[in-house]
Amino acid sequence: MQGAIETVGLRKLYPAPRAPGSRFRKRAQPSPGVLALEGLDLRVEPGEFFGLLGPNGAGKTTTIGILTRRVRATAGEARVDGVEVSARPVEVRRRIGVVPQRPNPDRGLNVVENLLFHAAYFGIPRAAALPRAQGLMERLGFADKAQARTDALSGGQQQRLMIARALIHEPRVLFLDEPTVGLDPAARQELWAILRELHAQGRTIVMTTHYMEEADQLCGRIAIIDRGRLLALDTPAGLRATAPGGTLIELSLDGDAGAAAEAASALAGVDRVEARGAVLRVFTPRGGDLIPALIAVAEARGRVVKDIQLARPSLETLFISLTGRKLDA
Amino acid sequence: MSATVLEAPATAEAGVSTAAVFGALLRRDVRVAMRELPGFLLRTTLQPVLFVVVFGYLLPKMGFVSQGYNSALLPGVLAVSLAMAAIQAVALPMVVDFAATREIEDRLLAPIPTWLVAVEKIVAGMLQGIFSALFVLPIARLIMGPIPGLTLAHSGEVLAVAVLGAAAFSTLGLLLGTAVSPQHIGLMFSTIVAPMIFFGCTYYPWRGLDAVPAVKYAVLVNPLVYVAEGMRASLTPGVPHMPLPVVLAMLVLLTAVFGAVGLRMFDRRAMG
Repeated sequence: MQGAIETVGLRKLYPAPRAPGSRFRKRAQPSPGVLALEGLDLRVEPGEFFGLLGPNGAGKTTTIGILTRRVRATAGEARVDGVEVSARPVEVRRRIGVVPQRPNPDRGLNVVENLLFHAAYFGIPRAAALPRAQGLMERLGFADKAQARTDALSGGQQQRLMIARALIHEPRVLFLDEPTVGLDPAARQELWAILRELHAQGRTIVMTTHYMEEADQLCGRIAIIDRGRLLALDTPAGLRATAPGGTLIELSLDGDAGAAAEAASALAGVDRVEARGAVLRVFTPRGGDLIPALIAVAEARGRVVKDIQLARPSLETLFISLTGRKLDA
Repeated sequence: MSATVLEAPATAEAGVSTAAVFGALLRRDVRVAMRELPGFLLRTTLQPVLFVVVFGYLLPKMGFVSQGYNSALLPGVLAVSLAMAAIQAVALPMVVDFAATREIEDRLLAPIPTWLVAVEKIVAGMLQGIFSALFVLPIARLIMGPIPGLTLAHSGEVLAVAVLGAAAFSTLGLLLGTAVSPQHIGLMFSTIVAPMIFFGCTYYPWRGLDAVPAVKYAVLVNPLVYVAEGMRASLTPGVPHMPLPVVLAMLVLLTAVFGAVGLRMFDRRAMG
């Protein structure tokens, strides 16, 4: 069976930015540009709720951009619903709905017109579009704002308008790019409920996020990407099971953690040690028992421990072990 | 609040013709233009109308210019209105769209080739340019009084000049709209658009520049010259003017050049 989404060796190199006032840049070495994707292979099955998880700059938005034909890939193949994106973009557009990272309603139009015109772009006559728009606005909770200017909507309402717009032409595949960024917790919960409902109806959903909890709660499978590469791909439970050595203990020191890390790796019950600047990370199956020993080791190397954090095995600890950085970093 | 309203996904995509999508895009622009009409008309026609008041009414009253000047002025004023409206209708929203709001994205997601979204913008700009000229014509006539030699006998020629002139400036608007950053819009108007108006043979006929040959040939790079001269050739043929075939050929050429570059730039801005 063909996948809802397939990418093979997807690569994207953005040309070097020509920043204003970059006069000195011209004299320097020609910049190689920014490599946003480096050979990404993905396959999303029809009806899946699929998450692309990674920190800012990981390549998530670029991936969605290529799949929705708003970004041109440098190399590789991308297919949506079996249709090659670069060869038949119009066919792909017919099949997809896109919720952008930042709401971009058409501000020349009022709220309901945003939906009606978008429907018209997909050939849905007004008579058919109006009840559909009405239904979406009611379900998504902004029917009272139908005649309002889009500026009159709150951030959460604008985001829901984007979802309504993405749904009005009944796409097979729904793309959401960081849909809950900037929403308050209540609005986020509400959006999650809506997304679960959409998924339950058999729609394929691809969502990017840098919120671990969001991916864990919603997605059937999660691809962890960083710096344009796929680092892990599994169900949330499967990913958790591969998280290394139980607990992650993170000590913030008052200076370079290198020497302390070397000493800590000799301690019993330590799976893995990592030094990142002044941060010492230790993966251990022994939970918090190791803390006194770690403090002693750090102090023996002339460092003062300023903060200690403990994290249970989770997607978060897996992510840190894969990428060496935190999601929100 | 029924949960069933979020309908299940359709199993087959109903085909929609490219023409239908194009028509919907155009309807959107017409709707928005109608809503913003007063501001739009003020922005694009106030300056030409004020010019008519000073040069077409006050100065003749004072006896500084002869009544006959109005025959050369009216076509020029129509040309300015047409050109400025077409260029602004396309360029201004596009600069903001691409640089900041990305509002145009919902149209870029429509099932139609990207270049046709740009062509639709050109057509909408043309309509607004022609509308502005039609709006200014009776006002100018009213302020100026009877205009010697004004004829609507060659309305086909007037239409040809208006359509091609609007196309040239609409495509120029596309080019500028995709090339200029928001912080440089003001600069664009003071360094490109303003000199274009003053050296566009709008307030004097091209043949009048016989007295200053260097300027006479320098202004030929200015697209507005051809619109103004075309208006003179078709509306007040008694005033010395460029031959109409030359005017029409130049407008076609300019449209082709601006359009080719503008469409490429649009595609580049639309796709990262």
